[in-house]
Amino acid sequence: MLRVLIALGVSLVATVAVLPAAATPYLPGADAEVLERLPEKNDASLRDLKRLRTALKQNPGDLALAVRFGKRAIEASRDSGDPRFLGQAQAAMLPWWPLADPPAPALLLRATVKQSNHDFEGAMADLDRLIAKRPGDGQALLTRATVLTVLGKYDAAHADCASIARLTLPLVVAGCMAAPASLSGEAGEAYAALTDALAQEPRADAGLREWALTLAGEIAERRGDFAAAEKHYRAALAIDSRDPYLIAVFSDFLLDRGRAGEALSLINDQTRNDNLLLRLALAEAKLPGARMAFETHRQALADRFEAAHRRGDSLHRREEARYRLWIENDPKVALNLARENWLVQREPADLRILFEAASAAADTATLREVSAWTAAHRLDYVALQTAPGGRR
Amino acid sequence: MRSFRWLAGLLLGLCIALPAMAHKASDSYLTLTRPGAETGEIDVRWDIALRDLDNAITLDSNGDGEITWGEVRTLRAEIAAYALSRLDISAGGAPCNLAVRDQLIDRHSDGAYAVLLLSVHCAQTAPSLAVDYRLLFDVDPMHRGLLQYVAGGETRSIIFSADAHTQALGAVTAWQQLAAYVHEGIWHIWLGFDHILFLLSLLLPAVLLRRGGAWQPAESFRAAFWDVARIVTAFTVAHSITLTIAALDIVALPSRWVESAIALSVVLAAANNVFPVVNRGRWIAAFGFGLLHGFGFANALKNLGLPAGSLALSLFGFNVGVELGQLAIVIVFLPLAFASRATRAYRTIMLAGGSAAIAAIAGIWLIERALDLKLITG
Repeated sequence: MLRVLIALGVSLVATVAVLPAAATPYLPGADAEVLERLPEKNDASLRDLKRLRTALKQNPGDLALAVRFGKRAIEASRDSGDPRFLGQAQAAMLPWWPLADPPAPALLLRATVKQSNHDFEGAMADLDRLIAKRPGDGQALLTRATVLTVLGKYDAAHADCASIARLTLPLVVAGCMAAPASLSGEAGEAYAALTDALAQEPRADAGLREWALTLAGEIAERRGDFAAAEKHYRAALAIDSRDPYLIAVFSDFLLDRGRAGEALSLINDQTRNDNLLLRLALAEAKLPGARMAFETHRQALADRFEAAHRRGDSLHRREEARYRLWIENDPKVALNLARENWLVQREPADLRILFEAASAAADTATLREVSAWTAAHRLDYVALQTAPGGRR
Repeated sequence: MRSFRWLAGLLLGLCIALPAMAHKASDSYLTLTRPGAETGEIDVRWDIALRDLDNAITLDSNGDGEITWGEVRTLRAEIAAYALSRLDISAGGAPCNLAVRDQLIDRHSDGAYAVLLLSVHCAQTAPSLAVDYRLLFDVDPMHRGLLQYVAGGETRSIIFSADAHTQALGAVTAWQQLAAYVHEGIWHIWLGFDHILFLLSLLLPAVLLRRGGAWQPAESFRAAFWDVARIVTAFTVAHSITLTIAALDIVALPSRWVESAIALSVVLAAANNVFPVVNRGRWIAAFGFGLLHGFGFANALKNLGLPAGSLALSLFGFNVGVELGQLAIVIVFLPLAFASRATRAYRTIMLAGGSAAIAAIAGIWLIERALDLKLITG
């Protein structure tokens, strides 16, 4: 209870930070007035990134430097959820961006940027070219397996994972295989293989373990083994408690279990991340004591989706569909967004929001489509077997 | 779904399931306010995130991770120069002059922004603007410029991206566009004194008859009217032909040559009233010189900028405007001239004196334009 109260307090303070301010420009009075705190203020790795960027500006044609900076910038965008870093990664690639056949390192980074922008077609083209050139490029194969899994092409993804078997650690291979296998009728086997690999490599790189544990949690959750799922998520959190992907996945888990208060304290103050802001608002919607914070965060979400629309972004249809369905109670709009999203990406979460929006809108044609997909791929996903509403 | 950040230094965090939407993306906000299409003055407010400016030109001079007002203030000139080097506005193909009038700070939901207030002055008063926006695309290709265009009580939104960095503004409905070009045509004939003086030189004798080396008043209004109608129609048909072929780039003549020849045509037309050589059939002169004037109109029209999509419409509109402008002159001129045609004053002061004055002015234009000098403003 105390944790919930603290979290409520924090989210109220965070509320103030996302309030839109009056749009009256002014002339600051004192030179010492701090106008902006840059993200590198309290982050040594981002300070490094900025130094790299300065160096790159002086040598924009230096491929090794550009790739080094690009990778770090993509990581920063993933860790912070700040799209500006992704833009900087793309900027570092500008000399190689328009080339039909850039050097391999540039090709890989270009594919990663495209994939992060949901340009899966462009990413696939680059990865195909790269792998044709370097069939033993493990990173390229792993990346392509990920993209193929998102596109629902599980056999091809599996093949890519099989071809890295001799190139890398068993845990990486197990994770690579588990993702497509768990979505195509072999969830039990995939889960067993993954947890075995985890048990056999207790001293693997922390980042690798966190990734594998999160994946194991997701598979267990889909299969309905919630106790195991929670155990994996918590083990992953013990390694990295600030990973926005993990926090989003685990807070969804908690929301489904009706544990909104815990979800709230998990997300805590990370309201700059829109994905987490969505979960925060979903949690607050269930907590009578969080009424004020909910209204503010609901408005903040509305503003951010509006801002995304204004700039012509369509990257966030899945999140927006959830927002429309569960926060604005607009199943029709939610269903349109979920359908558009499903045309682009086909992860379990994409299928789930499609199912939920179609159920709410009583769209039997879409529901049949969902059933057909689940049957065709023998998808093991308990959330699709009962009437939706758990996350409300 | 995401794949593992690879081993052996190839650390690539792949995070597909959660789009990188968190925080706000990099956008700048432009508001262009245009009081009216007739004026070349545009008001611009441009909000650029301090974080983005820091990315481009490093505002955090002391590298402490904070941007203070002091740091921004000392770099104000650099900020202005940087922003202005990445924004071009042109009206009718002629670049406008942009100047930063003031720099302030504003708070948006995602942080502090520099607010640049610009004064934009365009030499041409074309109905449509072209905006070329290139801010930050070199350091963040995912940056967008979001523009609000406020003109005539209406607002339009436009998005600039690295792939779409030039956009046309004020592209309006066909009717509005037609009306705008009709308007331009009227103004062109009224402000282009050479065309008015040429027309007047031809019209002045229209209410008179040349008989036995002397001027006589025209016998009927009807006869004077038809004489005027013939001259104006011939002039119109001729300059419509050349305006069209020049505007379509079928024939291109050097502007200096055309302008000089137009000045010469005015000299000849006016001189012919003082020392009559050509007497009957002034409409033929109107037609011949009208061909020249059409090339002059085409130059003016090109300065306005011809929208590629509706070339025919704007040509037609401009021509109609020129005709309406001429018609207005004729409607005022003809009754006055006809009423006073029998007076001695009309023949001496108006016809002889006026024509001599016109010839003199046009003569100066001719010298100016042919030799590229500046004697008087024409």
